[in-house]
Amino acid sequence: MPIQVSIALLLLINLHLLGTSRLNALIRAVAWQAFLICALGALVNRDVLEWHGWLVIVTMVIVKSIVLPMLMRRALRETAVRREIEPLLGYAASLFAGIILLAVSMWGAWRLPLPNAIDPLMIGSAFFTFGVGLLLIVSRIKAITQAIGYLIMENGIYLFGLAAAAGQPLIIEMGVLLDVFVGVFIMGIMVFNINREFEHIDTHQLAILKD
Amino acid sequence: MLSALLLIPFLSGIACYFTASDRLRRQIPVAAALANLAVVGMIWARGGELPGGEWIGVDSLSLLFLVINGILFTASAVYAAGYLEQHRREYDANRWLSREAIFTGTLLVFLATMTLAIVSRHPGIFWMAIEATTLTSAPLISFQRSNRSLEAAWKYLLICSVGIALALIGVIALAVSADFSPALNNLPITFSMLIANAGALQPVWLKAAFVFILVGFGTKMGLAPLHNWLPDAHSEAPSPVSAILSGALLNCAFLGILRINTVLVHAGLGEFSNQLLLALGIFSMFLAGGFILMQADFKRLLAYSSVEHMGILAVALAAGTATHAGGMLHALNHSLTKGMLFLVAGNILAAFHTKSTRDISGLVRTMPLTGVLWIAGFLAICGVPPFGVFVSEFTILAGLAAGERWIVMALFLGALGIIFVGMARIVIPMAYGTPGESGPADGATRWWSAAPPLVLCILVLVLGLYIPPPLYRLIEASARVIGVN
Repeated sequence: MPIQVSIALLLLINLHLLGTSRLNALIRAVAWQAFLICALGALVNRDVLEWHGWLVIVTMVIVKSIVLPMLMRRALRETAVRREIEPLLGYAASLFAGIILLAVSMWGAWRLPLPNAIDPLMIGSAFFTFGVGLLLIVSRIKAITQAIGYLIMENGIYLFGLAAAAGQPLIIEMGVLLDVFVGVFIMGIMVFNINREFEHIDTHQLAILKD
Repeated sequence: MLSALLLIPFLSGIACYFTASDRLRRQIPVAAALANLAVVGMIWARGGELPGGEWIGVDSLSLLFLVINGILFTASAVYAAGYLEQHRREYDANRWLSREAIFTGTLLVFLATMTLAIVSRHPGIFWMAIEATTLTSAPLISFQRSNRSLEAAWKYLLICSVGIALALIGVIALAVSADFSPALNNLPITFSMLIANAGALQPVWLKAAFVFILVGFGTKMGLAPLHNWLPDAHSEAPSPVSAILSGALLNCAFLGILRINTVLVHAGLGEFSNQLLLALGIFSMFLAGGFILMQADFKRLLAYSSVEHMGILAVALAAGTATHAGGMLHALNHSLTKGMLFLVAGNILAAFHTKSTRDISGLVRTMPLTGVLWIAGFLAICGVPPFGVFVSEFTILAGLAAGERWIVMALFLGALGIIFVGMARIVIPMAYGTPGESGPADGATRWWSAAPPLVLCILVLVLGLYIPPPLYRLIEASARVIGVN
């Protein structure tokens, strides 16, 4: 039962992510999403996880729902960005696309042949989360939103790994490495003041940085 | 020996970060590159195979790519030492962790990550290595810290990181496809295990894995339409870095696609994977041809030429066993030729301070050696005899004819024709023509900038005339690793 509730919450968070323009709300939602996904992973695999598996999950919670969101908030303060003002795809349209994405993901997951132990609902939610992240990356302009989109996409992959490949812990643990990219993105935003498209990088400011 | 291969570049890279003396630090990559080449040579002399363990090991295919990387990196390291001397900053001189120290160190760590990708025997390890190459090459691209190079590095990071995320889904799908058969349940999914048990893998998941991995690593390899980052990164990076990106990094990504494709061929899904590869390959060749025709920047010209040659490699891999040996030879020829061209382009850029093809003419008269190398490189990359690329492209065409792939062959020749015309239209006026009023600002030829491309050019010429028997055997052996025997 807790699994179904978590999945329902996860789907709601995904739709919320597509519909909100306030970046602070976006970051909070991503942090909760990461927590839910780690909880789901722990619930599903609680019988097969060994101690280092638990360690990975705890690390994931710390990195994805505490450290990275904190860094993102700092980047937000430093670049003084509040909202995603002119997305390439409007919020209503994004939500609509999200619902279609949800339908396609679930349909796809049920059609895939699955080994017995795997729950198609989890696989479908993973696809959906991944798709939402990808949609945010391609349809938003601000660099910080794209970094958030990447984190969402990565959450989707992590859920997919936890649900589908529990027998190959190495591969699931590799997902942690994707977080490095998010870290690098945030660093790029803070250090080079990359805000959105590139005409906006001010050479003057770069000279101030003294390389 | 295997660990020396990885540790030499990695540790010397770390040493570079903490070396204060500029003069000393610039010699470290050259020394490390020579040591790396020596280790590769020793592995080759001892038969060319190191079984290693579950995770890493060297087979003929890895050895071929190690040889390519070793030669190219050595040439670039010599060139980079001089390049850094020219771009030194007084306020940043002789400090550890200066911008230059970070560049030099990262260059070596980048070599270590590429080597790890080449020797990995597990898709997961390979994936990690490719992610590490992305992270280590981005600061190399943005070394100049100009707006354009920062933009190029950001674009590269964003596009390739999405590609790598997709590839991870592919690797997970690969693990799921092995999960269906109880016998494979808890085995590590190494490439050799997957090939040996290809029949027991679940076909739907295997196909999905291939598609995700093809898109993911294809982005890194620069197959159209996933190549968007490539012209920017290659044209904005310092020239020795462009040479390594084009000649070594793209090959590493290709190696991953190649190994997964072999699994699919063994599982009886070769038709599916080969058709996808063939389509992407031909499309890359034509798209590169289109962009070459209307190119106004000579480093971007070379970048699109790399897209074309990655397309050729994809076609050679996909068209059946008859073209495999030609494809492997082509990987070698392309890397050497393209490395040489990027280094020559770096010399032209240093002399004229512009990348615009229209502002440069009469190279042969104003800078004779550079001009001649530029023309030789152009002829070589377009597959004109007697250079090596001619031999490999001819071998691929002969393979296509032997397999009676007439349509593929016609498209292949058509794309080559378009590219030849497009490149000739740009390169010939640059080399001949009357020297413009704005001659080279700094036309002096230095040994470090002339020797590496000259040596690469001689190698490509020799490969066109004579393939030494050990190399011939190595190429045959690596073609056997790919093919179904």
